[in-house]
Amino acid sequence: MARLQNIDRRQLSIVHRPLAGFLKAVAAIAWKDLVAELHSRELISAMLVFALLVILIFNFALELDVKARATISSGVLWVTFAFAGTLGLNRSMAVEKDRGCLDGLLLAPVDRAAIYFGKMISNLAFMLIVEAIVLPVYSVLYNTKLFNPGLVGVILLGSIGYVVVGTLLSAMAIQTRTRDILLPILLFPVVLPIIVAAVKASSGFLQGLEMAEMMPQIRLLVFYDVIFIAVSFMLFDYVVEE
Amino acid sequence: MIEVKKLVKRFGLKTVLCGLDFEVKGGEFVALLGPNGAGKTTFLRILASLSRPSMGEIRVAGYRLPGQAAAVRRKLGVVSHLPLLYGDLTAEENLRFYGRMYDVPNLKARITEVLELIGLATCRRDLVRTFSRGMQQRLAIGRAILHDPEIVLFDEPYTGLDQDACDMLDAILRDVAARGRTVAMSSHDLARVEDLASRFDILSRGVIAASATRDDLRNSNVFAFYKQSLAG
Amino acid sequence: MPSQPRVLQVLNILSACLLLVAFGMVLFYAPIERVMGAVQKVFYFHVATAWVGMLGFIAAAMTGIAYLRTQNPKWDIVEVAAVEISLVFFFIAIVLGSIWARPAWGTWWTWEPRLTTAAILEMIYVAYLLLRQGIEEPDRRARFSAIYTLVGGLSIPVTFLSIRLFRTIHPVIFGSGLGEKMSMTTPMYVTMFSNIAVFSIIFSTLFWHRIRLGRLAEKVEQLKLKFMP
Repeated sequence: MARLQNIDRRQLSIVHRPLAGFLKAVAAIAWKDLVAELHSRELISAMLVFALLVILIFNFALELDVKARATISSGVLWVTFAFAGTLGLNRSMAVEKDRGCLDGLLLAPVDRAAIYFGKMISNLAFMLIVEAIVLPVYSVLYNTKLFNPGLVGVILLGSIGYVVVGTLLSAMAIQTRTRDILLPILLFPVVLPIIVAAVKASSGFLQGLEMAEMMPQIRLLVFYDVIFIAVSFMLFDYVVEE
Repeated sequence: MIEVKKLVKRFGLKTVLCGLDFEVKGGEFVALLGPNGAGKTTFLRILASLSRPSMGEIRVAGYRLPGQAAAVRRKLGVVSHLPLLYGDLTAEENLRFYGRMYDVPNLKARITEVLELIGLATCRRDLVRTFSRGMQQRLAIGRAILHDPEIVLFDEPYTGLDQDACDMLDAILRDVAARGRTVAMSSHDLARVEDLASRFDILSRGVIAASATRDDLRNSNVFAFYKQSLAG
Repeated sequence: MPSQPRVLQVLNILSACLLLVAFGMVLFYAPIERVMGAVQKVFYFHVATAWVGMLGFIAAAMTGIAYLRTQNPKWDIVEVAAVEISLVFFFIAIVLGSIWARPAWGTWWTWEPRLTTAAILEMIYVAYLLLRQGIEEPDRRARFSAIYTLVGGLSIPVTFLSIRLFRTIHPVIFGSGLGEKMSMTTPMYVTMFSNIAVFSIIFSTLFWHRIRLGRLAEKVEQLKLKFMP
């Protein structure tokens, strides 16, 4: 009986809420996160400082010298992004949980998928902003040429995959007792294909290899992104609905 | 407006609501009273479409829950003991966000109107995290009525407020929130509720144990009624 | 307390006997492999336990979907059982693989696709158990577990693909691929398939036991609620 009513609801929200309303809700949620960040600047500064510290530590941990940099750079960068990313994801969801704001979002007559996409887009924006700052800093610190359109493309594809799964899992993690600690444990094993493919593709671009060499990795990244966007937004309903 | 028949809510193996029947007609102000753990918050969450019932029939504003929850949400305003506001946004931005989510027409004018009604017009550009608890609750009420809902649900709105803030909240409740709307409120503050509500329902052990209208209580007070219902 | 059903009791005995038979086959029936010597016999158990792990994995994924569709808590009990069994058996498979690898390739571990993916799968299982530990409420716990099963389950094949873009030295028996092929004779095939069959029966027995355990635990919870208000 309950299942039938659920189908009813979903049909209602698909039929009676046109695309424009959906996009409007997504935009409103993303806008809300960005404006809040503009006021407080907590999230991005935390992610940024953390990222720079990680890069600093790597300098001593790996003894980066001139020759090794092209291949190791991509690894260092992606480890940095992966860890800084969890900070951002955690914080972004914690805001919703702490003041009961998630309830506020759920009370509104918007599709749950809109909430998912709104959060996903703002999480992606934060991650991209941090990456955009880290890249030039890294290239200055280590005298490496990182202004490579292929590299930027890989970072974009990888970040999308990371954030897509991360938003779903952070929504789950924030509702558990262990909260923040749980997110990296849940996220990293699942997001590994992104890291593997992105590191290989990034180092390929940095070494100036032929595009064809990196195509398998890029295809994998796209494949992952597409599958997990579809799966995540469908599963998000089950995460937030009681 | 609100019709609940044989509502059952289970959390795993624990049954919190056991076949609850409840009805509110348009314009009524019902106070939901009961001891902690009786299931008031659970019940209000189900009415607010935030939680799904395990069994039973619920109709709010003519629509079924949970099947037609999307339609119900438009007609519902909710004030909880948590502010449901974003601390890093200003009062105005909070209202603008929720206005967009509810697709409120003439949003700018409406925001100004609401801010004036709740007495926060001067603080519109201040970040909500600088607000006192009383101010936050007032803004929470503003948020709840922004889209002019027919029904407003309150879950222990007086929690954590001092006397002045409570008085101010009372005034807003009377003039703004409750006016012309159907209200269900749960509270531990029997004295305040006595002045506001037109009907008092006691929720105990998962069902409505007793119900009395204002007229019924003419010769006694809510406190006595409450004690009596729970003793039996 | 209901005692074990007759079929399960039979299965217990059958599993124990068949395990002995399997041991016997591996030790005495199967010939010693030409290249690798006696240590190669570990391979039979390695394949069988990995196979059981796979069964558990598929069972977990399917019950995850079943739970989300029906919201019936019995699927949750089955799902946990499947994950736990898969966790243990894959672990045994990995350890046996290491024991085999050391004399064969000179290293305890190698970062080739199958092995690495198995290790990552183990981590997903552990994460799953940690997730369950952090949630008190049974409905939410079951829901989140099912979601993570699906997400994790979907990611594993993609993980395998991504690592495969590196070379492999894992011996391949069926199908083409880089790496050395083992020469297999008929008795070896017989041993391998019998082992797989035996371990499938062992899997069913353990699975049933674990599900029974889950149901009994739930009964205890119910009784607790009845007698402790």
